[in-house]
Order: sequence, then C-alpha cells, then structure tokens
Amino acid sequence: MTIATQISRRSFLRVSALAGGGLLIGSYVRSADAAVAEYTAGFAPPEEFVPNAFIKIFANGNITIIAKNPEVGQGVKQSLPMIICEELDADWSHVTVEQGLVDRSKYGVQFTGGSLSTPMNWDDLRHVGAAGRALLVAAAAKTWNVPASECTTRNSRVTHAKTGRTLGYGALAATAATLTPPDLKTIPVKDPKDYHLLGQRIHGVDNKAIFTGKPLYGIDVVVPGMLYAVFEKCPVFGGKVMSANIDKIKKMPGVTHVFVVEQIGNALDGLMSGVAIVADSWWYAKTARQSLQVSWDLGTTAAQSTEWFATRAAELSKLPAQRTIRKDGDVDAAFSGAAKVVEASYFYPFIHHATLEPQNCTASVKNGKAEIWAPSQTPQSGLTLVSKAIGIAESDITIHVTRIGGGFGRRLKNDYMVEAAWIAKVAGVPVKLLWTREDDMRHGHYRQAGFFNLKGGVDANGKLVAWRNHAILDNLNAGEFPARYVPNYLAEASAIPHGIPTGALRAPGSNGMAFVIQSFIDELANAAGKDPIDFRIDLLSQVGPATQADRFDAERARGVLELVREKSGWGKRKLPKGTGMGVAFHFSHQGYFAEVVQATVSAKGALKVNKVWVAGDCGSVLTNLSGAEQQMQGAAIDGISHALGQEMTFENGRAMQSNFDTYPLIRMVQAPPVEFTFRTTAHPPTGLGEPALPPVIPALCNAIFQATGKRIRSLPIGNQLA
Amino acid sequence: MSVTLKINGKSTTVDVPSDMPLLWVLRDVLNLKGTKFGCGIAQCGACTVHLKGVPVRSCSLPISSVAGQEITTIEGLSKDGTHPVQRAWEEIDVPQCGYCQAGQLMVAAALLANKKKPTDADIDASMVNICRCGTYNRIRAAVHRAATLSAGAAK
Ligand code: FES
Ligand code: FES
Repeated sequence: MTIATQISRRSFLRVSALAGGGLLIGSYVRSADAAVAEYTAGFAPPEEFVPNAFIKIFANGNITIIAKNPEVGQGVKQSLPMIICEELDADWSHVTVEQGLVDRSKYGVQFTGGSLSTPMNWDDLRHVGAAGRALLVAAAAKTWNVPASECTTRNSRVTHAKTGRTLGYGALAATAATLTPPDLKTIPVKDPKDYHLLGQRIHGVDNKAIFTGKPLYGIDVVVPGMLYAVFEKCPVFGGKVMSANIDKIKKMPGVTHVFVVEQIGNALDGLMSGVAIVADSWWYAKTARQSLQVSWDLGTTAAQSTEWFATRAAELSKLPAQRTIRKDGDVDAAFSGAAKVVEASYFYPFIHHATLEPQNCTASVKNGKAEIWAPSQTPQSGLTLVSKAIGIAESDITIHVTRIGGGFGRRLKNDYMVEAAWIAKVAGVPVKLLWTREDDMRHGHYRQAGFFNLKGGVDANGKLVAWRNHAILDNLNAGEFPARYVPNYLAEASAIPHGIPTGALRAPGSNGMAFVIQSFIDELANAAGKDPIDFRIDLLSQVGPATQADRFDAERARGVLELVREKSGWGKRKLPKGTGMGVAFHFSHQGYFAEVVQATVSAKGALKVNKVWVAGDCGSVLTNLSGAEQQMQGAAIDGISHALGQEMTFENGRAMQSNFDTYPLIRMVQAPPVEFTFRTTAHPPTGLGEPALPPVIPALCNAIFQATGKRIRSLPIGNQLA
Repeated sequence: MSVTLKINGKSTTVDVPSDMPLLWVLRDVLNLKGTKFGCGIAQCGACTVHLKGVPVRSCSLPISSVAGQEITTIEGLSKDGTHPVQRAWEEIDVPQCGYCQAGQLMVAAALLANKKKPTDADIDASMVNICRCGTYNRIRAAVHRAATLSAGAAK
C-alpha cells in the first residue's frame, strides 16, 4: 500500500486578492489520523493531519512560498516549497521562501521528525501548486478569450502558442484572484518526467545569511528589554530543589532575579524543578551560578548507574523473557535440528543528540499573552505544553520558529521552551534562556541503551532456519528483520524500569537495532560459509506470509543490496592486509538502504574508515538532489560518529559526560568520503533524514571483522581494537 | 573594566568584567551574532574568530587579553560576502543546519591565507572544528574550490 492511498483527503482551496493586485492561495487539507499514526510509529504522532501551504504571487512577479516545517538542517526549507513551485510551474529564482508562524489552522501539522516532512506533505503540496497554476491558466484564458486547454505554462509565464501571446504570473495575479478555485482533488499533477525543478540541485535559501553571520537561530534572537537566564536543575534526573542560597546570588553582579521553579507534573520533559538566575547579560547569570548552592531531594534515580543496568540485564538474560513480541514456528526444535548454531550478546549504549546549538528559547509574557521564539522540532506540542504550564490560552500565544542548529530528535522535546516561558512569566520581563553545553549534555533525552541475547541456526545448506532475540531494556518491533524470512523466529523483551529520560534520536528504533541485527546476520553468514551479500539476498528470497507487522518489501531491499554490490566493487577488490569491507542493509522510515564500508585496522589497533558506499531507494523522486546528498553524507558520517566513541554513562543517577572533551564527536580527519547512488522506483517519495544512518554502523563493524577477525558486539568501538 | 577593541576595522569601547570571554562581548554586548557558542571550552570551534589573522576560539579568550588587537569576525570576513571561502561554500552548498559554518569559514580563510594550495592532509590538520551535521566531505571540497578561486583572483 502506498502512502498516497493511505491518505484520505477532504480538501478545499481558498483564494484571495492581495493588496496591489496580487494573488494568495491557501489550501486546507485533512486526512485520517490513522494514516499519520501509522508512519509515526516510534514517537508521539501528531493529533491530526492538516497540511496547508500558502503561495503569494505579487503583481511585480515576485512569489512567496511558505515553508511550513521547522528547518533543522535537513533541508525542508527548500524541499517543501520546491514541491509547490514545481507544480505551480514557477521560476525558482522568483521565489522567496518565508518561514511560517506556528498556526495549526493555516498550516496544519508542523513538525520535523521521523523523516515525515516529504511523505506527509508530498501529495497535498503538489495539489496546492497545481491548483495555483490552474488559476493562472484560467486567468490567461479569460484575458485572451481562448480555451484554457490551449495554454501552456513554464517559468512563471502562461503562453498561448497559437496566437503567440504570453503573460507573466504577476500580470495575471489580479485576475486569478477573482476566479473560483478548482477542486483540489480533481486537479491533475505533473508526470515526474515533466519536472524542471524537483530532482535538481537547489541550494539552501539561508546560505548567504549563514556565510555572512546574520542572526537566524534561536540563540540569536533579541527582544527589546530582554534579560538572560540560566537554569540549574538537579544533576540527578528528576531531583527537586529543597533549598538554595538565593539571597546571596541575588546580590551578585548583574543579577536581577533568582527564584526556585517547582516541577509541574511528573513528566521528565515538562517543567522540571530548579533554580532560575536572571541577569542583564548571560555571562553574569552564568558566573553567578558558580556560587549557587542547592540542596536537592535526589529522588529514586540516584540509585541507578551504568553498572546497575548491566547487572540487571545480566540477571534478566538468565530468566524467561517478560514478554513475547513475536513467535513463528518452533525455534527450539529448529535449533536442535540445525547444522550450526551461533549465540552472541550485543550491546549499544545510551547516546546524546549533542546538537551544536545548545538548547535555548526566548519568551515574553505580558498582559495575559505570550510570544515565544523557539528552535523546536515540534512547536505545536510546545505550544500546548507552555499553555498548560503558564495558564495562557493557546490562542494567546504566538510562536516564531527560528532556524535550528541541529535537531536529531532532541528538539522533539520542548523542555527549554516551557522553562523559558515560566521564567519570563515569573520575572515579568522578556527572557532568553540559554543552556550551557554541560546543561545540554546532562539533561538530555537520550537514545535508550539495549542489551540483546541472540541465537541463530543454519542448516546444512547454509540456510537460516531459526532466530531468537531477547531484547533487554530497549524494545523490539514485531516486524524486525529477519521476521517473516525465517520460518522459526522468536522475539522477546524484558524491560528495566528506570528514571533516565529517553527520547527519539535520528532513526529511532533503528540506529542501534540495525547494528545488532545486521552484525549477527554477518556472524551467521560466516558460520554458513557464505558471502555476506549472497547470504542476505538468499535470506530475502525466502519470503514467508506477511503479518500486520511486516511492511517491508524484499524486492526493494534486494535491489539496493545488488546496487551497492556493484558500486562498491564488492568481491572484486584486492585489499591489503588489515583492510576489510563490510555490508549491511536496513529498512526504516520507508527508505531502503544498503551500505558498504571499507576500513583499515593497523597492527596497533588504530581504526581508519576509508570509504562508505550508500545505495538507497526512497521512491520515485528526490525532491532536491543537493539536499539528498547532504543527508546521505550526514547520516553516514553521523552513524560512524556513534560507532567510534559516543556513549553516555551514569553514576548515582547523574550523567558522567558533560562536554565534547568527554563525549567525542567525529571530526574531519575521521570522516570518510561517502559515495551514494539512488535506485528510483515507482513508489511515492519518502524522507531522507534518517534511513541512511542505521546500516553504516554494522557495515563498519562487519568491515572490522573482515579486516581483523574481531567481532564488535558492543558499542562504541572505542579502544576495543587496541 | 573599560576595554577598547578593534573589531572588523572599527574601534569600540566596552565596559564589561575583565574575565568576560570575547565571544559574549561580541554576541551580547556588540550584537554580532555570527560568532556561535557551542561548548564554551575551546573544543568545537563554533566561536572561531581571527586575532591578528590567526584563528582563535573566542569562548575561551578573556576580553582583557585581546584589548587593542585586531579582531575579525564572520561579519567582517568580506564586505559583501564574496571572500573566496564564502563563494566556494555557496558553490558547493555546504551547510546543513549551518550552525558551525561561520567557524569553519574563519578557519578555512586563515588556512588559505597561509597555504595557497592546501592538501588533504593540510585540511585534516587545520579544519578541526566540529560539524555535528557531518558536512565534512563538502567542507573539504569547498576548501579546495576556494583555493582555486583565490588563485584565479590573484592572476
Ligand atoms: S564555543 Fe568556543 S570552541 Fe566551542
Ligand atoms: S552544518 Fe550543522 S553543525 Fe555543521
């Protein structure tokens, strides 16, 4: 089933005249909640799906297109307006992109996550653009008194070839604004072969401002009369303030307000307890904080640590699993009949998003109204959170979405937003709250760690016949590969309740899982004496009956595996000693990706990642080739960064890493060249922000195995090779 | 304390605590928001500016230590955004989120001022700022491209 058919629409279009003879097109499109919930599996789905786009065409020919979703670096500020522009048949060089305010009634659901911006908006935005084009054609036909069917469009102009007449969109805007809009549902859209803009390389619309240092990000916001805040929370997650030396801090240079903030509700992503310090510069607030002494009620999480998790996981691995996620066939019987059985335990750690722009938010609350400037991926959820916390109706809160210095899922949470709003309300002045890097790292919503106990069996022909996976702490999907491709399959899970805040991180549910699954498959390929790509393709060819959980198309997975085999020169390269190539594939966020990594491990154990080949299938169209390439490179390099050194550890309920000296991110010298190829298939286009990340980690670990014979079963790689 | 600064060719006097880092004077006192805060401990390079032409991390430089010395920020890298690194960064469409890029541009500009034709090894050694989005492939290409553009301009 395609996404297009999952979406049932009820839509209408609105046209109005702009002052000075322009045209404004807005569209209101609704779709079933269920469809949205289906592709947002993995994090909280939006309550409804009401995408809306605006086009403004001015009499002078300038066109403004609204970018509806937050830009975190994934390129939607270009790609979504490009979809409209393509169908409008406008010249991109006439277009100015404007970031839309947060307004559900105008723009529908506005969020950035789950690689969903493209799939959720693709159909609707095309129709919005096409409807705009139809109006301009109708206006020209009326002006010239010719049939609309004889008119063509291109580069913001309508032409009537027979009579050799042509008019620009600007000249037609006033007439178009008087016409009755067409029905969005029946308006035809272009055949992809007629695209002029989609699939081209379009550069970032904010590039020039970025290169010249213009204020763009949340951290750059200035509001008249604004003061600066820092907020100290308990180093133990969920701990509460008992008392603090507030009077002393109040007397420190530049400090204007100091107060205790009480926790609202129990959620770790709402307003937490802490001490706010407001000063007339951020440096003063931060300096005063060094003298702050708080006595905390640490709460129960203080008993939890990385070691405690490992001990609990080891205990649970020896007990029957708490839950069965999926059971096909009879694994025990199949293991006893198997020619070879392999058992292994895998682990991936908690990791942090580490967006380069630390969390921040600016808020002004006065006369029962609030205005907020927020670098948030989910500004609409933030609006609800703030409204409840400060007791101001959502309709009285204005939210400006700023450009965002990295999201990766961290900014799906709005803790910084509710803190800023609360502090501004209490202080009675506009406030910019800025977290230090240490705040950011110690108060994350981390990717959950996971422990996995796996057992697999192959028969005498090297065919995979049985698979068991007991997941501890992190969860397991019922459709997790190789479910459906192995006749005897058992997936089980055991939970460890804990108080560490967790959340979605780029390719949630997959970023660590692909490492586990695709590394263990590699172990089984090795046991079966088969080539790693052949083994996977054979496995993908033994398709069992589909269940509700199986949404994965084996043909597309085989397609990208064959493509990466060809592009990487798999099996054809003579590699020096200590160098190996590894492969993996993974399906997530509707995208199919197979990747090969070539890596070298020196005699002393130094690892060098030489190259990554990425083969992806994201459907029929890449909206922006430049943006697509960026996401391929960014995701692959991000995954390698996870694998090399990222790990959050905890002691006595506190995060032990606090900055980039203890939490290393990948740098230039470690980053391999990433080469990519896309396989175009007749499926609706899907998002690119995430699915290229998961396979790179197991591909790297499998390359290390080929190079050294050492199997990485625990992340990060760190100094395991030394 | 009162400190006189020479920033982007202009003299300015500010009255701030002597230990206030240059970064916060630039951002919050002088309202030059192009220089970014990432870590505060000289690890990421988002806050890179030029001090007498040398790339430095402004988050870790007390204002008292830079009085009177020539400072260039991203806002002053060129008059109209046409420094070869700015042009190359546009040609290659380097940014993803863009947050690190001011710092990257400042480091690249300083590298090219010293080495007309940097090798990949030079780039690895100099371009050590963090890009959380992983734009490293394009940064490398853009540094090479900027070297070519500079050579063209010199001829
Ligand atoms: S903010 Fe100065 S190096 Fe990171
Ligand atoms: S472009 Fe986002 S941190 Fe470099």
